Order: sequence, then structure tokens, then C-alpha cells
Amino acid sequence: MSEPITTRGPTGARGRDGNPALPRVPVESKKYSLNLRRMWQLTALLMILVSVGPLTVMTAIDYRVTERSAESEILLHTSRVVSNTKLAVEFSLVERMAALDFIVEDNSIAELRDCARVGEILRNLQMSFSGFVDLGVIDASGRQFCYVGPYDLAGVNYRDQEWFEEVRRDTTHISDVFPGFRHVPHMVIAVRHDLPDEGFYVLRTSVETSLLNKLLSNLEISGEGDAFVINREGVLQTSSRRHGDVLEVLDLAVPDYSEATRVYETMSSDDVPLIVGTAYIPHTPFILMIVKQKAALMEPWSATRRLLIGLLVLSLSIIVLVVVGVTSYLVNKIRWADKQRVAALHQTEYTAKMASLGRLGAGVAHEINNPLAIINEKAGLIKDLFQYSGRYKDDAKLMGIVDSILASVNRCSAITRRLLNFARDTDTEPVLVDLGETITEVLGFMGKEAEYRSIGVNVVIDEDTPEILTNRGRLQQILLNVTNNAFAAVDDGGHIDIAVGRKGPEEVLIRVTDDGCGMSEDQLARVFEPFFTTKRGSGGVGLGLSITYSLVTELGGSVSVESELWVGTSFLIRLPVDGARNESVAR
Amino acid sequence: MKVLLVDDEEELVSTLAERLSFRGVEAKWATDGRDAVDLTEHESFDVVVLDVKMPHLNGIELKKKLERIRPEMKFVFLTGHGSEEDFRIGSAEADRYLAKPLDIDALVATLMEVVKP
Repeated sequence: MSEPITTRGPTGARGRDGNPALPRVPVESKKYSLNLRRMWQLTALLMILVSVGPLTVMTAIDYRVTERSAESEILLHTSRVVSNTKLAVEFSLVERMAALDFIVEDNSIAELRDCARVGEILRNLQMSFSGFVDLGVIDASGRQFCYVGPYDLAGVNYRDQEWFEEVRRDTTHISDVFPGFRHVPHMVIAVRHDLPDEGFYVLRTSVETSLLNKLLSNLEISGEGDAFVINREGVLQTSSRRHGDVLEVLDLAVPDYSEATRVYETMSSDDVPLIVGTAYIPHTPFILMIVKQKAALMEPWSATRRLLIGLLVLSLSIIVLVVVGVTSYLVNKIRWADKQRVAALHQTEYTAKMASLGRLGAGVAHEINNPLAIINEKAGLIKDLFQYSGRYKDDAKLMGIVDSILASVNRCSAITRRLLNFARDTDTEPVLVDLGETITEVLGFMGKEAEYRSIGVNVVIDEDTPEILTNRGRLQQILLNVTNNAFAAVDDGGHIDIAVGRKGPEEVLIRVTDDGCGMSEDQLARVFEPFFTTKRGSGGVGLGLSITYSLVTELGGSVSVESELWVGTSFLIRLPVDGARNESVAR
Repeated sequence: MKVLLVDDEEELVSTLAERLSFRGVEAKWATDGRDAVDLTEHESFDVVVLDVKMPHLNGIELKKKLERIRPEMKFVFLTGHGSEEDFRIGSAEADRYLAKPLDIDALVATLMEVVKP
């Protein structure tokens, strides 16, 4: 036999949540009035939705607002840089054009025919302004009659040049950048000066593009940005960091004409998102472009976004964990309470059923006792008549028949008396009970089963076993439940031993041992749990031993069980000799 | 010795009366309380043997009525219930208490004991 397990029953061990340990019995919906799985799912889902939903929506909104704000800031900043740079480039070109205007206004045509004078003017210009390479004066026929500079361009006729036609028409001209004879990128600035005799001459100068390159390279552009100038055909007029060298064709589309500064998003040829700011520079063929990498610009925001998403995921995980934990805890509590309630309900039903059976038994016994009494008296009268008249006195067969009737009546009478004794109200005051008599009475109900199944029942009552003061009805129920259990456990031909004796000065011990199938450790640990049964399918609902446990506790005693699988089981019931001390018994 | 048997089961009391007569006990019988009262008003009995449960007038109420008519009479209760609880209640009310079905010799012995001075 294994170590005895004295369990305090379903209310003994305590779970992690502080409640009595919940049964490991598989959940069967019929045992509970509530659908706890659905309750758990609904509660957890609702709590998660209510807490996670607003948080996620707010985070998403904040995400979008922050993203738009960052984009807006980038666009605004780019627009500002483009505008300022446009003004700087425009000012630089206008400044040089104004210098040429000043020269033609300040010098007569006669003075400008003096190439030495023109050379002096060029030197003065180069000292005051950067970029000036040469200076030439061209008459209305297109012939450059005076040239000062590093090339041999004196006498060259520009009559068929497009720019000359343009300056005749518009008074000023700024050319695209071109390599020229030197193969050095530069541009031409020319101004027309009208003479009083309706003639005119043109003052022309070459300006190096290093002027614009220097201006643009000094810009501090975030987002791995690039600032450059293109002409209206999309040819780079200055060198760029990422989009080609001067005089190469730009890999981006030429922006549409607009007097205002424009900033827009586009994709590069290799699908990289770009922020592009453009400005047409007035009175020039130039378009200023500032191109930035959007990903680089958004990097600070992306870092914040990663942090935000990380925090969101962490918060959601914590919320889900807390919700699942709290819901499980609460539903566990409800499950425990519901199970207790259902068990109490079943116990009440059981008690009520026993009371009903008691009343029914009493009624049946009473109704049977009357006809039994009549049979008894009639048979007795027949016997009297035979005996007193002497007529059939010696007829052994007739007398035997009458005696057999009387014996059967006595047997019936014993059964009804036992039924009446057992069916009495269990809530009576404690009385002195002889345990031997009570066990015999209970076994009387099982005599026939024991006989049919050849089960040997051996009762041993120690001589020093005292009568105990207890509630006899409840004691009978306890003994009936435990004995029933033993009968269910043993095979036909099995053995049940019932031993009763004193256990110390204040207790008696009733030990009911069977040589049945026994129980495993797991079954043993749960034997007093409500609804735990090994007899499912044969009518067992798993309440007999649970109720036995409650009844023994009410009588002020305790019950324990020892069992070994395939060897047998012993139930040990300890009851106080003076059960009146126990309030439950007295009640 | 004169005995009055009262029980709503006529078959029982009539047979019992006949069996008692074989044993030298003069027994009359009644099947309800009214007949029992009528009989008692006309003659006295040493012992009244009566059922606890009877229609109209139960055994305990009948005993009280008969006691008022013949205070000297002794009473023995019968009942179909054989429980100790009934015995406790019956003992409090009657001189003796017997459970059905009866053992005739036990009844005679009880009657003798009850009337013994």
C-alpha cells in the first residue's frame, strides 16, 4: 500500500491564486452553469480591443502627423534654400551685367575703340569681380573691333551668331555654358548700347562657370543634397555631385516653367525617392536645382519611428499579457466559485433525494407492515385453530406451511424495520450508536449482492470499541457510501474487510478495505474531488466520496485513503467518541 | 382480563381478538375512534390496544378521550412504523409500545405485565 493520503478534500489544497486548488478534472460543460471558455475569450478579446484599439489608432495618427510634419518641414526648408540660392545666383549674374552697363554708360564709343583703354577696364573688372575672362566690343555689323583677352578674337564677326541676334533684339544676353575654344566651360554676357545715330555696339565678356560652382559648392545642403544649374534643355551648367558633370545631360526631368520656387518629390532613375527644389532664374537660360535624398532627410524621423514602434509593440505585449493574466485569474475565480456552487447544489439535491427516499421508504414500510400484520395474524389464527382444536395438530406438513408463512412474515418485517431505521431524518440530535449494529444494518442492504457476486465480507469489531455519540443517519450514509464503493471496486469473489476499533481515548477508527482494482497516485490525489469518478459510464457521478468527506467532516472526524493499483484500497474513517462536542453533529 | 383492540384494519383486530380468546383473554374490537368510545362508555376494559395512525381520530387523541371516560384503563400502542423514533414517541404516551407485525405471545406477555398491580 502506498503512503496514506489524508486529504482535506476539495477545499484543502490551495492554488497559486490563493483559492483552493482548482480541479484538474477535464472541464465538462454540464458540470458548470457558465460557459467559462467563451467567457474567457470574450472578456480577453473585449479588454484587449478596448485597451489596444485606442492606443494603436492614436499611435497610427501620431505616426502620420509626425511623418507629414517632418515632410512638410523638409519641403519648407528646401524651398527656402532654393529661393535664397536663386537670389544669390541671380544677383551674381545681374551684378556682372550691371558692371557691363556701367562701362558702356561711362565710356564713349570713342574710348571703347581704344583697346588699351578696354584692357585697362578689363583689369579693373577682374580686380573688382571674379570670373571675367575677356572683354570685347562689337559693332552693329557683328565685327569685334576691339578684343582684350587670352585669345586671338580680334576682328571676329559674330553677325550670324544666335546670341548676337538676340542681343540686337533684347539689349542684353546671357548665354548657356559652353566649352568654347579653350574647352573650358564658360558663358557669355553681352549688353547693347545704342548710339545717337541709331547705330549700336555690343560689349561682350566671357565669364567662367567657376563663379557659379563656387557659389553652389558653398551651400550646406542636408540629406546628401546636391545643388546645380541646368539650362532649359536639361544640360548641366555647373558640375554636380551625383547627377553628372558640367555639360552632361541631367538624369532627371526638366521642371516645368514657373516663376515661383517649386519643391516636389520624385524618383531617381534607380528608384530612390528624392526631394527636388527648382527655380527658374529670371532673364537667364538657367534653372537652379537642389536635389536631396528623402531617406537621408527622414532618417531622424525614422529613428524616432523605430523607437515609437518598439514602444508600441512593448506596450501591446504588456497589455496583452496583463489582460490574459487578469482574465485568467478572474475566470479561474469564477470557475472555482461556480464549481463550489454546483457541488453544493448537487449535495443539496442529494440530501433532498435521500430525505425523499427516507419518506418514501417510511411510507412503503408502514403500508406493508399493516398487510404483513394481517397475514401474520391470519396465519397465527390458522395455527391456533390447528393447535387448539387438535384436528390438524399432528399434520406436520400443514403446520410446516403455517410456520413457513410466519417465518416469511418475520423476514419481511425485519426488512421493513431496517428500511425505517435507515430512512429516518438525518438531522436529528446525536444519539449513542453501536458501530457494530450500524455496520450490520448497512450491510443488510448489500447481503443479496454479496451473495450473488460471492463477495466475502468480514467484519471485525474490537471488544473495547465504545458506543459513540453521533448522528446515526449521517453515519449510515457514510458507511453505505464507502461500502458501496468497495463493492464497486472488487471483482466477483472479492473480499471486503471492515475493522472497527478504538483509536486513542477520544476516537474510533473504521477501516474498510477491499482487494479490488485500487487507484493510481493521480486518482488517489483526487478521490475526494467533486465529480471525480472512475465509474463513469456505469452510473457514477463522482459525488459519493465527496459527500462522504463532507459528512465525516460534519461529524467532527476525518477520512483518508490508502491505495495501490491492482492491489486494493482502504478507507480510514476516524470519528470522535463524543460527537456532541462538534457543532455540526449537534445541529 | 378484558381488552379492547382498536385499529382501522378490521381483518387484523378481528383475527387478533379471536387469537387472544384462545389464550384466555376476552377481547373486543373497534375499527375507529367513535366505536371505541361507544364501547368504552358501556363497559370498562383492563387494557386498550390501539393503533397510532387511524383515520379521523389518531391513537394519541383517542387515548386522551378514553382516559377521560375510564382513567383506570391501561394503554398499549401499535404502529406500522418500527423505528426507534416512533418507539420513543409511543413510549412517552402509552404504557407500552409494540410494532406490527405482532408476536402473539409477546402481546399476551405485555398485556399481563401492564395489568399487573
